[in-house]
Amino acid sequence: MASTDVIGAAQAQKKQGKGMSSKKKSRGPWLERYSALILAVVLLGAWQVLVPWSGLSEFVLPTPLAIAKRIVNELPLLASHAYVTLFEVVAGFAMGVLVGIPLALAIFYSRAFERAIYPILVALQTVPKVALAPLLVLYLGYGWAPKITLAFLISFFPIVISTVVGLQSLDKNLVNLVRSMGASEWQTFFKVRLPAALPNIFGGFKVAVSLAVIGAVIGEYVAAERGLGYLQLQANSLFDTTLNFATVVTISGLGVMLYFIIDTIEARVTYKRDAAK
Amino acid sequence: MSATTQMGAAVDISRLSKIYKTREDDDVLALDKIDLKIEPGSFVAVVGPSGCGKSTLLSLLAGLTPASTGSIAIDGDGVSKPHPKTGVVFQSDLLLYWRSVLDNILLPIEIKRLDVAKYRPRAEELLAQVGLEGFGNKFPSELSGGMRQRVAICRALIQEPGLLLMDEPFGALDALTREQMIMDLQSMWLRLRNTVLFITHGIDEAVFLADRVLVMSPRPGRVDLDLKIDLPRPRQWSKTHEDKDYHGYVRQIRAIFEAKGILVAH
Repeated sequence: MASTDVIGAAQAQKKQGKGMSSKKKSRGPWLERYSALILAVVLLGAWQVLVPWSGLSEFVLPTPLAIAKRIVNELPLLASHAYVTLFEVVAGFAMGVLVGIPLALAIFYSRAFERAIYPILVALQTVPKVALAPLLVLYLGYGWAPKITLAFLISFFPIVISTVVGLQSLDKNLVNLVRSMGASEWQTFFKVRLPAALPNIFGGFKVAVSLAVIGAVIGEYVAAERGLGYLQLQANSLFDTTLNFATVVTISGLGVMLYFIIDTIEARVTYKRDAAK
Repeated sequence: MSATTQMGAAVDISRLSKIYKTREDDDVLALDKIDLKIEPGSFVAVVGPSGCGKSTLLSLLAGLTPASTGSIAIDGDGVSKPHPKTGVVFQSDLLLYWRSVLDNILLPIEIKRLDVAKYRPRAEELLAQVGLEGFGNKFPSELSGGMRQRVAICRALIQEPGLLLMDEPFGALDALTREQMIMDLQSMWLRLRNTVLFITHGIDEAVFLADRVLVMSPRPGRVDLDLKIDLPRPRQWSKTHEDKDYHGYVRQIRAIFEAKGILVAH
């Protein structure tokens, strides 16, 4: 492309370049397209074969097939606990969005607020949220509240930062353009600022939702009567390593599912710069 | 006041100054008491080196920057905020990548809360006039740099602006595309006859396109030369570039820059 001076244009070029290479990849030969799947199957196959061969007991390391079988057999149990964890994750993440986005807007629009709040936010971010889990249980009890709070605390920072960065990285000339058309700040926000920031915001959402899963499960480790983290502790105390693995897989599945839900929403509401038809 | 004007708008600038405050108290005088009257329907080019205040002049005319002193009037209306009769084309196309070509062109209509459906045929007509018929549903990422700048021009023209402000619109294009764009801009203007203020650092394109070239120099930003270009229209690329008068105008402008030390005579 021909634009020379603007950073935005440079970024556009970079993105376009990336787009082309990824397009090439998806059109590549069969082996390249399914390389990840093939590698996964090979690794799982090796695991399946090596465990009995090495003589490791099922209590130490169950085979992938044994874990898969257990997941199928225990589906109702896993689902009943997954439902609790899912609720905590979604509630914590939703709170992260509801608090994070307005906070990001306030930081973006008010220099004074930005100066006041940024050092505090960064200082808070250096506190490992996981270390707050026992305190949250102390204050909020054994129910949903401490898990949701932990999921919220751990997920809202990436939402705030990615939203602020997304809003701030806008090419100033785009603002001049719509202002020259007589746009109000309200219109500038909805026609330009927000759509331009959406890829960043969704990037933050994806990071946040994965972190929210961690927050909820850690909360359950500390004190819980339900949830996948609780189930895992139960399995541990019973030396049921297979169920333990089955729970780990379920937790991962939860995270992946939430990630793809956000990815799908993003694909619906945004147009990717490099997604040439 | 009607939003559509067939005729170009008149511009009247008087004693216009712009001072940029800097942190260290040494204020920069970007424009120094500019007086300028632009005839309705004329094509005026402003040429000068970087920092001569030509972009500041455009920004003030577009109503994006407030003047320090002096006044600007477009068709008699004082300009303090963006005027509905102006359209702006910037150096980079500034197309919104998440909008189709047609939706980009219709953006000013949306912002002015006019009936978008009513302007759709007009947008398609404009696209056809710049040789992009059928590109309405494409996205900016699917177009070349020249095509994108054409779309940006269509966007500025959708409301038939009496005053079209162009800020180095071809500065980012390669030489061949630029040549084509210059020719297309001329034929478009001959059809519309709106007032154009064309900012550039290219002496050749200023002389080739304009009825009148203003030569500016920096510190403080002033108009050093107001040159009337008397070349027959429509101007043809080879013929005009071989014209003796054309070269005379170019030499006159270069002489100013050489006298100011902006160009070194060689």
